[in-house]
Amino acid sequence: MAVSASAEAQTRGVMTPVPYRVRSRASETADTWTLELEPLGDAVLPRAGQFDMLYAHGVGEVPISTSGDHGGDGHLTHTIRAVGPVTRALCGLDEGAVVGVRGPFGNEWPLAGAVGGDLLVIAGGIGLAPLRPAIRHALSRRADYGAVAVLLGARTPGDLLFVQEVEEWRSRLDAEVDVTVDAAAVGWHGRVGLVTTLIPGAVVDPASATAFVCGPEIMMVFVVRALLERGLPVERIWLSMERNMRCGVGHCGHCQLGPKLICRDGPVFRADEMMELMEVREL
Amino acid sequence: MQTLDELIASSSVFAGMPAEYLSLIAGCARNVGFEEGALVFREGDAADTFYLVRRGRVAFELHTPDRGGLVIETADPGDVVGWSWLFPPYRWHFDARATEEVRAIAFDGACLRGKCDDDPALGYELMRRFAQVMIDRLQHTRFRLLDVYGGVGVS
Repeated sequence: MAVSASAEAQTRGVMTPVPYRVRSRASETADTWTLELEPLGDAVLPRAGQFDMLYAHGVGEVPISTSGDHGGDGHLTHTIRAVGPVTRALCGLDEGAVVGVRGPFGNEWPLAGAVGGDLLVIAGGIGLAPLRPAIRHALSRRADYGAVAVLLGARTPGDLLFVQEVEEWRSRLDAEVDVTVDAAAVGWHGRVGLVTTLIPGAVVDPASATAFVCGPEIMMVFVVRALLERGLPVERIWLSMERNMRCGVGHCGHCQLGPKLICRDGPVFRADEMMELMEVREL
Repeated sequence: MQTLDELIASSSVFAGMPAEYLSLIAGCARNVGFEEGALVFREGDAADTFYLVRRGRVAFELHTPDRGGLVIETADPGDVVGWSWLFPPYRWHFDARATEEVRAIAFDGACLRGKCDDDPALGYELMRRFAQVMIDRLQHTRFRLLDVYGGVGVS
């Protein structure tokens, strides 16, 4: 195993997958699994916000954001929702199975740019997965930021990701973590309502705060509107977009959104680059 | 310690209201408390009160024979609970339950309706503010009808 990019990796090109073995598979919800993958050769080293192309042999390839840290041994963490043939195949892999990995692709959450101010992280559904590395980063370097607030929305309590870790975040005294769901059975003591309803009460100063947002596009549209209403400038609101990424390097055009190629120019964008495009019905 | 008038004036639903109206509204208000698990009101009962939550959380519940109880929304500090007191037949449309210890200001609906009938300007002001609460809740409900997390989301 070679953790640093080798000359071989540089010459093999971005279109050639490298083999990874499934080290562990953990169920997050009824349809979502987290895979830990260990490299069998060269390692790809995604940073918070980037994605890899995961190849289920004989089925196909999908873009999946990194949802963890690669530590010192180059392992990958990907949280996958089983919604199609490839993601179902990936979620069904046993420990020891081998997958192909290309990457890392795309840009990162601008964590360095948020240093010195407050940080507001808003995730909807599986949108927490791409944000988890950024949240971990901010909490591990807590002194670098002012107030840190994490607002999470999900369909039901059973659809919440990383439940144990979120509870650990909630128990911290130096971060505000608030959760809401769209509906719940009687007995749920948490909030029920839109994630946007958490924004007015978030303990951040709009004058210094940077916001990272990830979730379904329509959720992000409403969240950005609520953030603007709260007083955050649009240039400090960042979104992670998803489209049908195929090549990962901006050659094939499958992930085009207006003038942008999500895989090459993103997936993390400033809100003012995306809002107008997201409101065009035909795109 | 804040007086009822001050507490009411500092809430978002009554913020900016003329002092004479706040005074009239406070005349129909009292402090109340509910233990965790207590019903604030029950579906079908007479809706003669509404609440402004000061502390704790209130869950709005609907019960169906096949799905059991479902929490459809919660109200937190600063939120208003109930508008059925404004419209005939003045009956609650769902249950409201304290999911933790709740402190709230309770407003006597019949008392307020009487004052609104006597002073249409107050009635208009109150109706305008409750219409905003209702529109917000309606928009939230419409948004949740989209079931945005149910479809294919980001990976």
